[in-house]
Amino acid sequence: MLHIVNKSPFDKNSLESCLSCAQDGSAVLLYEDGVYGAIKGSAYAERLQSAMSNITVYALEPDVKARGIADKVIDGIKLVDYNGFVELTAEKEAVNSWL
Amino acid sequence: MSSVIKQFLYVNRKAPYGTVYALESLEVVLIGAAFEQDVRLLFMDDGVFQITKGQDTADIGMKNFSPTYGALGDYDVKYMYVCKQSLEERGLTVDDLLDLKWEDEDEDWAEKDSIILVDREEMKSLMTDADVVLSF
Repeated sequence: MLHIVNKSPFDKNSLESCLSCAQDGSAVLLYEDGVYGAIKGSAYAERLQSAMSNITVYALEPDVKARGIADKVIDGIKLVDYNGFVELTAEKEAVNSWL
Repeated sequence: MSSVIKQFLYVNRKAPYGTVYALESLEVVLIGAAFEQDVRLLFMDDGVFQITKGQDTADIGMKNFSPTYGALGDYDVKYMYVCKQSLEERGLTVDDLLDLKWEDEDEDWAEKDSIILVDREEMKSLMTDADVVLSF
């Protein structure tokens, strides 16, 4: 399954709920304000990094660049463009959108 | 124009782009400044993301409005307070923020930093001291 999250983890609990429900082997894509969850050294980084041992985390690069955090993304998070987003949705059996 | 000058504090708590709050706040800040009021900004919570440097919105089809914060000094907006704790929680330091300046007329137009880091105690006084608080 592909989980997609577009809310900042500092503002909403969407990412937290998502991570607590994500099966091992599933993927999480951070986009729009969700990309703030990808910042290295933040109060949320450790939580996400520990989840990354069982799930693959992606971040939408155009949203990362728009927010000025391109040089702060946690190592191991894969950046994708819009085509990559489409490919992920096509590749996974289902998409769960955490609004 | 009225000669009454009030102190306006604009409290910015939302990230840019994901919602329209940040841009709307900036519009209202410019209106307040155009009426020659004492306009001050406070960035807290995800609002600190409004003034990160290096924003490049070319690929999301939205206008990058972050350069406008740099023009506020020309509108006599001198004080942009930033919540220290909000920055730290988000893995940011003041070096990750735009270099915002204003020019001091009384000191031969010397450039001064607009950004002032504040803690929660100082934020309480800022809100208490303002005549008008507008929260976005």
